[in-house]
Amino acid sequence: MNTPAKPMDPQQHGLQFTGADAVVAGLKHQGVDMIFGMIGGQIMPVYDALFKDGGIKHIIVGHEQGAAHMAEGYARATGKVGVVLTTSGPGATNLVTGLADAFMDSTPMVAITGQVSSGLLGNDAFQEADMRGITMPITKHNYQINSVEELPEVLAEALFVALSGRPGPVLIDLPKDVAVAACSRALAVPCAPTGYKPPYRGHPLQIGRALKMLQKARRPVILAGGGVVSAGAHEELKDLAETAGIPVTTSLMGLGALPADHPLFLGMPGMHGTGYANLALYHADAILCVGTRLDDRITGKLEAFAPSAAFIHVDVDASEIGKNLPCAVPIVGDAKPVLKALAQGAADWETKPDYQPWHQRIEGWKKRYPMTYVDPPGELAPQRVVETLGRMLPEEAIIVTGVGQHQMYTAQFYPFRRPRTLITSGGLGTMGFGLPAAIGAKLGRPETEVFLIDGDGSFLMTIQELATAVRYRVPVVAVILNNNFLGMVRQWQELFYDKRLAETDLQPPPYAQVAQAFGGLGREVTSAEELEPALAWARREAAAKRLPVVLDVAVQRDALVLPMVPPGGANAEFIPCPGQEKED
Amino acid sequence: MESISPISVLVRNETGVLSRVSGLFARRGFNIHSLAVGETDNPQVSRISVVVAGDPPIIEQVVKQLRRLVSVIKVSDLTDKPRVERGLALLKVKAEPAQRGELLQLVNVFRARVDHVDNECLILEVTGNREKVEAFIDIMRPHGILEMARTGQIAMARGRGPMADYWAAGALEPADEEATFNLSRTGDPNWDQE
Repeated sequence: MNTPAKPMDPQQHGLQFTGADAVVAGLKHQGVDMIFGMIGGQIMPVYDALFKDGGIKHIIVGHEQGAAHMAEGYARATGKVGVVLTTSGPGATNLVTGLADAFMDSTPMVAITGQVSSGLLGNDAFQEADMRGITMPITKHNYQINSVEELPEVLAEALFVALSGRPGPVLIDLPKDVAVAACSRALAVPCAPTGYKPPYRGHPLQIGRALKMLQKARRPVILAGGGVVSAGAHEELKDLAETAGIPVTTSLMGLGALPADHPLFLGMPGMHGTGYANLALYHADAILCVGTRLDDRITGKLEAFAPSAAFIHVDVDASEIGKNLPCAVPIVGDAKPVLKALAQGAADWETKPDYQPWHQRIEGWKKRYPMTYVDPPGELAPQRVVETLGRMLPEEAIIVTGVGQHQMYTAQFYPFRRPRTLITSGGLGTMGFGLPAAIGAKLGRPETEVFLIDGDGSFLMTIQELATAVRYRVPVVAVILNNNFLGMVRQWQELFYDKRLAETDLQPPPYAQVAQAFGGLGREVTSAEELEPALAWARREAAAKRLPVVLDVAVQRDALVLPMVPPGGANAEFIPCPGQEKED
Repeated sequence: MESISPISVLVRNETGVLSRVSGLFARRGFNIHSLAVGETDNPQVSRISVVVAGDPPIIEQVVKQLRRLVSVIKVSDLTDKPRVERGLALLKVKAEPAQRGELLQLVNVFRARVDHVDNECLILEVTGNREKVEAFIDIMRPHGILEMARTGQIAMARGRGPMADYWAAGALEPADEEATFNLSRTGDPNWDQE
C-alpha cells in the first residue's frame, strides 16, 4: 500500500502538473494498481494523465455497469478498494446499479466520474448529470470537487472512507476545468476527515455482558454475515465457535467464513436456507449476530424469527443494531477484535456451559432435513452441476454468481471452505453482476481459479463483458445453468401465481457460439455424462489459452430451489427438500 | 409512545450537506416537524436543528442513521435533556383600527412584538418554544391570519452539555487512535453511562 508516489516531473515533459495528474499520483500513492473504466469527453484529462504516467493498469469495459461490477469483484476477491473511472452524464449514470450494489453489500469502491466544467454546472450542459445528487442515497459518501486545491485531500479521504469502518462505495465528481487546472502539489497531508471516526474495538463492558449471556444460554447460535468476511475475522469466528461450542450459521454474504464441512456449521438460514439452520434459530435462546444486517431474506416474518431468543449484535455500523430487531447486548465494533475478545473470554469460563442437549437436537434436525435434491430422468439437475464443481475445484477457487436460482443452488450445494471464495450480489440482487465481477476477481487474483456460475437470464444482462475478458485474456470459466427460464421468478409464479408464467420463458442465444464469436471458447453440455469431462476441458483450455470459456449447460427446466420459506412466512414453516415431510 | 424530539446535528459546512440530511429523512420515512440550519461560531461547522416525530426506536434510528453520514460530526438527541428551545413566527393579522386594541393586549400577554402597522393589518412576531408559538397562532386564528411564516425550532441543552464537551475535547482536531475511540461515533447506547 505504501508505494511512494512519483509525480511526473513537469519540466521533463514540458507540461504542467494538473488536477488530473494529482488524481493519478494520489491513486498510486494509495496502492491502486488497477482501474476499471470507460473513456469519454469530460474524463479525457485523467485518461491522458494515466497514459503519461503508465503506472496503473486500466481495464476498458463494454459498459460502465460492467466496470462497477468488475471493481466489486476485484475488491471482494482482494480486500482492496476497487476503482472506477468514467465520463460524465451517461457514463456516470451507468454506474448507478453498481454503486447501489456495492453500498448494499458494503464493498469498498471509489468511482471517479468526469463532470462538465464548473462554469457550466447546473445549465443542463451536454452530458451533464447531477451525480452528487443521484448517488447520495447509494454511496457511503460523495464529493464534487470545487477547486484543484482540495483534490489531494479529497482523494485520500475518499479511499480512506471507502475502506474503513463499514466499507462502501464513494464517488468523486470531477469537473473538467478542475482536472486541467494547474496543481501545485501531488499528495495530501495525512488523512483525518473531520468527524469521521469509525469504531474498532467493541466496548469491554458489553463484551462482558455478551459472554455472560452466552454462558447462561442453553440454546445459542452464532449468525455471521459478510462483515466477518470483510473484517478478515474468520479465524476469530472459528476460535469462538470451537472454544464455546456454539453452532454457526452464515448469511449468503458470510458463506466461507466457517468451512462448510465444519461440524458446527449449519449452512445458510432464511428463505432458501437449510431446515436445520432455520429451526436452530427458531428455537435458540441466545443469538450472537456478527456483521449481518438481519435482512428480510434471513429473518422472514420478523415476529416469528427466533421468538424466544435474546440478541447480541456485533456490527461496525451502529445503525444496523436494533434496526430490524430489538437487541439485548449491542456491541459496536469491528468483527475481528470483538470476536477475538469473545473467544478469549469464552476460553476463561470457569464453568463451561453444557450445550450438549442442544447439539443433539440440532443433529436430529440435520438428519431429518438434509440438503437433498432429485435427479430428474433424462435431465441434469442444476444442483448436481454445483455439487460436481464443489467436488472438482480446489478450496481456494473463487466462485462468482449472478442472481437467481443458480445463485441459491450455489449457496446451498457448493462447499465454501475459505472466506472471499464466494462473490455474489446479496443485498441488491443484481442480475448481470456475475460475468463482470468474475473478470474483476480474476484480474485481482490472477493465480486463483475463478468460476462463474450463472443463469441464462442473468448472463445475458452483461454479456458484452465477454469482449473485455477476451481483450485482456482473462481466463474465467462461466458455467451457465441454462433452463431457458427466468427460473427464480418462474418458481414464484409456480408457487404463488397459480402457474401463470408471465414473461419468464426465455429464448437465450446459443451461448457457446456467442462466446466463440467474441473470441472466447464455448461448449454445450446436454447430459450428465458430459458434465465432468466438459468442466475438466474448460479448466484446461482456460489455463492454456488464457481465454474465457463458456459452458452452456442444459439443466432441468422446472427445478425448484428448496427448502423455501414462502415470502412473508415464518422461517420455521419452510417447504422442505423433495421427499421430506415437515413435522409441526 | 410517539414523542416530538429535538435533535441537534453538527455537520461539516459544505455544499450539499443539507440535502444529505433531508434526503436521509425522506428516504427512511422519518417525519420532520421542523428543520433549521445555520453556521456555528466555527465557520467550518453548521448546526442543523431538526425536530422529529416518532417513538423511541425510530428516534434511535434517526440518530444512528445521521451518525452514519460522513459529513455529520456530532448528533445529540435533546428529547430528555433540560434545554432551551426557540422558534419564531411572523403573522400578518387582519386588524382594522378598531380591533387593534384587543390584538395588542394579546401581543403583550405573549410577549410578542409588533413589527408593522397599517390600516388593514399588523405583522406580529412571536418567539418561543413550539407550544408557545402554536398557542399564539391559535389565539390569532379567529382574527384572520392573512399570511404566516415560521422558522424551525432551534434547541440547546442547558448547562455545559454534551456538545460543549465535544468542542472542548478538540472534536475538530485530528485525533490520535485512543481519542478516536473515546470520541467514537459509535452510538452505543450505554457508552455515555460509563
